[in-house]
Amino acid sequence: MSRLTIADVERIAALAHLELTGEEKQLFTGQLADILTYAEQLQQIDTTGVPATAHVHPDLRAERPDEPAPSLAPEDALANAPDADAEAGLFKVPRVIG
Amino acid sequence: MYEAVIGLEVHAHLLTRTKMFCGCSTAFGARPNTQVCPVCLGLPGALPVLNRQAVDCAIKASLALGCRVETESVFARKNYFYPDLPKGYQISQYERPLAVAGGLTLGDATHVRITRVHLEEDAGKSLHEGLADSAIKTGVDFNRSGVPLIEIVSEPDLRSAAQAAGFFSELRAILVWIGVNDGNMEEGSLRCDANVSVRPAGQSSLGTKTEVKNLNSFRHVEKALTYEIERQIEVVRGGGRVRQETRLWDGASGRTQPMRSKEDAQDYRYFPEPDLPPLVVDAARIEALGAALPELPAARRERFVAAHGLPPYDAGVLTQSAGLADYFERTAAAAGNAKAASNWIMGELLGMLNDRHATVETAPIAPDALGGLIALIDRGTISSAMAKDVFARMYDTGQSAAAIVEAEGLAQIGDADEVAALVDRVVAANTPVVAEYRDGKRQVFGFLVGQVMKASGGRVNPKLANERLRAVLDRDGDVAVTPGTAQR
Repeated sequence: MSRLTIADVERIAALAHLELTGEEKQLFTGQLADILTYAEQLQQIDTTGVPATAHVHPDLRAERPDEPAPSLAPEDALANAPDADAEAGLFKVPRVIG
Repeated sequence: MYEAVIGLEVHAHLLTRTKMFCGCSTAFGARPNTQVCPVCLGLPGALPVLNRQAVDCAIKASLALGCRVETESVFARKNYFYPDLPKGYQISQYERPLAVAGGLTLGDATHVRITRVHLEEDAGKSLHEGLADSAIKTGVDFNRSGVPLIEIVSEPDLRSAAQAAGFFSELRAILVWIGVNDGNMEEGSLRCDANVSVRPAGQSSLGTKTEVKNLNSFRHVEKALTYEIERQIEVVRGGGRVRQETRLWDGASGRTQPMRSKEDAQDYRYFPEPDLPPLVVDAARIEALGAALPELPAARRERFVAAHGLPPYDAGVLTQSAGLADYFERTAAAAGNAKAASNWIMGELLGMLNDRHATVETAPIAPDALGGLIALIDRGTISSAMAKDVFARMYDTGQSAAAIVEAEGLAQIGDADEVAALVDRVVAANTPVVAEYRDGKRQVFGFLVGQVMKASGGRVNPKLANERLRAVLDRDGDVAVTPGTAQR
């Protein structure tokens, strides 16, 4: 049985760069535990002899030819950016090394 | 004594026109963010569709590295946060890579096992320096985001920095040779990270490793690993313990430095990519791609030695690229003299191409034409010295050697009577020197040969001139001495 703890939720939140309130941590601990419980129910099914699959449509073999398609106009590419330097054509983020 | 244990992870861009999962161009050097679309910007709802050419390139590379290509492999999401990774995950392959269990044998007969080759997409590029606001901001260009890569992972089978550099160099040669990578390390088309540890010689368990990043030339691989191996040996010798960490090579200071590590340990939380079905490649496709592979550099080197009788050094130089090797084989066939073809290509041709910043593919002298020049030397029509001038003229005019020799009247004087007449003229004009020779001062012979050469305008066949001069001097020795000169 799953024993998801608040510490687990804090760790997952940290990896996802999310800040949660104490209330949210409680809420998500319960919700995530429910999901795990559901997965445990699925695991009770006998799958002996059934190969593991990574996808529900394993027969889709879509590969495309190596043909260029139009890209976005630079102003459109940057349109949703919270911060950008339109002249240099760059997205801007707070300095990440220092 | 300590021994180093090294394994490499090499990332190679695949030579495709478009990105791995969208139709944006992969061309290097475009204005920032002009080769981007919702897929490679990671916009919500955009879906990836796999580039067939990228898969073909990856299969070719896998086969050339002796790997077993799996008929089914699975894409996975590698989750981490960095501004140049717009989706918050990189699409890679994790538990089920495209190919496994290959290997490569180096020139020193070391066999380096290749663990795996898998497909993944590149990230964008962060620009930390050179902008007005660089002190507080980082710029991000996503043109490179989604460019197809293979990651090649070796087993820790390398034992020295030089060997690691040699392995990287051989990998590059193969990838370029089979046309899946352009080999351009300056543009980041080929990148290398190394896992390094040291242990007392004879110990079989591995020491704690560090990962050294930013090794983007053969020289850097060798220097960085040399530094890192010495650093680790010093730590261990001093009774300390090597810390498992990622270190960055700084070419300017010649040191590796620990990367600023985040407090939390990396946890990529890989899981199968739900937006892409498993990659299924059937046996026929693998076989067809394998059949179309060119003869690989190592095999070609061996053949050049065995079939053409070249020294291993020559074979190594001539197999640096497929184009050069092809050029050599065609020249050797046209010349009927493989060693001479090798000498001319390694000496004059590569020197000239280097001077003119040209490549063998665009050389104005075709292999047949160079073969023709060599044949003229072998037939004695022109001397080797003269052939160098003819070569230069061929390079500049594109004319054949025969045409230049004909037009300039450069053909050697090889007619016995003509040579005899020249020798007689020189002997007659240099009686004092001739007398010295006959007096036993044999070193003046060279001077007389030079005079014959000069008299012929450099065109006399040197071998014939030598023989004739020697015969004349030695034959007439007793009669041609005049009293005055003999006493000098």
